[in-house]
Amino acid sequence: MRPSAARLLNILVPIKRTVDYAVKIRVNPDQTGIDLNVKHSMNPFDEIAVEEAVRLREKLKDEIKSIKVVTIGPPKSSETLRTALAMGADSAVHVELPDSAPAPEPLGVAKALRAVIAREKEKGGVDLVIMGKQAIDDDAGQTGQILAGLMDWAQATFASKVVLDVGKKEATVTREIDGGLEELRCRLPLVVTTDLRLNEPRYASLPNIMKAKKKPIEKLTPADLGIDLTPRLETLKVEEPPKRVGGGKVANVDELIAKLKEAGITAAKA
Amino acid sequence: MFTSRHLARRRFVLPAKRYTHHVSQFRSVTESDLAHFSKILPSSAILSTLSSASTPASELEPFNNDWMNKYHGKSTTVLKPRTTSEVSEIVKWCNEHKIAVVPQGGNTGLVGGGVPIEDELVISLANMSNIRSFDDASGILVADAGCVLQSLSDYLVPFNHIIPLDLGAKGSCHIGGNVSTNAGGLRLLRYGSLHGSVLGLEVVLPNGTILDQLTALRKDNTGYDLKQLFIGAEGTLGIVTGVSILASSAPQASNNAMLALPHFDNVLPLYKEVKRQLSEILSAFEFIDRRAYDLAVKHGQGRALEPADVEGAECFVLVETSGSNREHDEEKLNNLLTSLMEADTPLINTGVLATSPAQFNSLWAIREGLTESVGKEGKAYKYDISIPLHKFQEVIDITREHIRAKGLLHENAVKHVLGYGHVGDGNLHLNIVANAYTPEIEAALEPFVYELVASYKGSISAEHGIGFMKTHALHYSKNAESIKWMKKIKDLFDPNGIMNPGKF
Repeated sequence: MRPSAARLLNILVPIKRTVDYAVKIRVNPDQTGIDLNVKHSMNPFDEIAVEEAVRLREKLKDEIKSIKVVTIGPPKSSETLRTALAMGADSAVHVELPDSAPAPEPLGVAKALRAVIAREKEKGGVDLVIMGKQAIDDDAGQTGQILAGLMDWAQATFASKVVLDVGKKEATVTREIDGGLEELRCRLPLVVTTDLRLNEPRYASLPNIMKAKKKPIEKLTPADLGIDLTPRLETLKVEEPPKRVGGGKVANVDELIAKLKEAGITAAKA
Repeated sequence: MFTSRHLARRRFVLPAKRYTHHVSQFRSVTESDLAHFSKILPSSAILSTLSSASTPASELEPFNNDWMNKYHGKSTTVLKPRTTSEVSEIVKWCNEHKIAVVPQGGNTGLVGGGVPIEDELVISLANMSNIRSFDDASGILVADAGCVLQSLSDYLVPFNHIIPLDLGAKGSCHIGGNVSTNAGGLRLLRYGSLHGSVLGLEVVLPNGTILDQLTALRKDNTGYDLKQLFIGAEGTLGIVTGVSILASSAPQASNNAMLALPHFDNVLPLYKEVKRQLSEILSAFEFIDRRAYDLAVKHGQGRALEPADVEGAECFVLVETSGSNREHDEEKLNNLLTSLMEADTPLINTGVLATSPAQFNSLWAIREGLTESVGKEGKAYKYDISIPLHKFQEVIDITREHIRAKGLLHENAVKHVLGYGHVGDGNLHLNIVANAYTPEIEAALEPFVYELVASYKGSISAEHGIGFMKTHALHYSKNAESIKWMKKIKDLFDPNGIMNPGKF
């Protein structure tokens, strides 16, 4: 009998159903938002998060006890959960919002996730949260960091590589930063947010898609979690960026200088 | 039915020097020709190594060499007219002075039909790239022949329409070239051939006359349907300068799945089952044999499947659905995939379903990137054949055995014999990838492959056309009487024979 040295890890992967990245975004006529009557799919960074969790299990095998995905969104978001289950997650939680509800904000989402993590305590708690660094619809990039702050956990954002040491309850995370790559050693529990180069998500294989249909999705409401998702921000206006005006060609350097002067640009002092 | 003795006799009839005798009766382009052309075209539209233009020879290379770098012409002059009347004037002059002409589009052809054999004048349609009109009620698009296919697709996106034609070369090929070669492509299964979707053509005939049949009418039964002659004529009856084509409604939902099959024999029953269950939403059904898949993955065309999923797969099938209602299509597709996996004797080992546009594109990239992978792996001999579906694997295996028997199946000669293609249309692209193009390999392949195809009563060119590559092989798929009448039509339109001589 193997000595049960290390605790087994529970991974939580929050995901979001967003407008598909390939869709051409159009601002709606009253300039209050974008046309949402288009194809939606899982936020690409969250796909990478699910993939990373599945890869960690493939590597560490039994040391990963469970991979749970969670989403806060309208009824259709359950399709996104099914995709994650087809990629290899074990179970899912759907905090369901009515279709008419406004989109939740990062602070609200983080509070909801905190409540979900609290509920998981009876089942062994959550040791690692892996989520996308930002959602491609609002590009907020805040939820992971806020969650870590609320939970008083370590955080390693924009991860391009994650190495777990279950025995030591530590993770070594390589982060992509402006200057290059930064390596952090973090104690668990930990929030990791994924960057593009962390991995390339696998295709959902047919046997897994069929297995996913039988995996459990627990449905909750914000009230069940005791949280209020009323937005604290009001969007005043949404508009498209100004249309790009054409450039002009100049025949020689003198003409270039003349045009620059016309535009009010003067030479810098040497 | 051809007996092998009959075929053996035909072989001796082939002219020894087929390269030069087709074009030797024409005059080469001279300075005085250039002087005349300069009156019609601006200097930017004339590329010539003759001294009055003195373009460096390297600039003419993309026009002289085909995409596969297998056929090399020696033209001194390339003209790039911007309007139909300019094309007309050029052709008129060439007809009067017996200068041979090669019309060229995107130069993505695979049978050497778009490049000169010797020093024929190249007329490139690249500067004729205007979209003339689009009616989004009828879906009729009228465009210059030099429009790149991808640009037409992009133009139609906001109108929720698509061109009923899609092929791997879409980023470079011209619609005029597609029409002239009656290109098939990946969507023929769903949208039919260009003979059906092209409504009208504007063609410059070999004597310079402009034949304007550019109707924007869906139905027009007035007289002989002349445009059908030019569709697939490979530029030998005239130069297509304008196309009127029926664009289809863009699908609101597209899905695809790659299925791994344990045996090739399962492809046909799978096709029947897929057709039955998916019915009107099926838009593509492509076969990829194992070696071709491995090559595509090796050359980084699209993301590979997990090793567990490809284990034991002898071949793959890419299935695509297109429809107007995502939920409806996904339900049908999921039901199909579930029934395939749960069948008592499954036709497939496993498969993967794309769950995002990125994955959708990636699965297609594996199939569309095959041509490029083959090109990167070595020099490819391509045979685009129409044969009965159940014979696909047999043809690939027989060809491989034949090469092996000739002692040519090794690293320094033929590296791979593989196949992929449009199962739905009965069209296989047989590829023999060699280290280099050698006469020895060519002799082993031809007429062997053509004879093999003829034995199945197939076509030696399902969609690639005849071009320069298969002129001598036309008789394998068309009887002598047909060829005789084709020649009569050619002589009628082009008595001087200046239009793309030596091809077709």
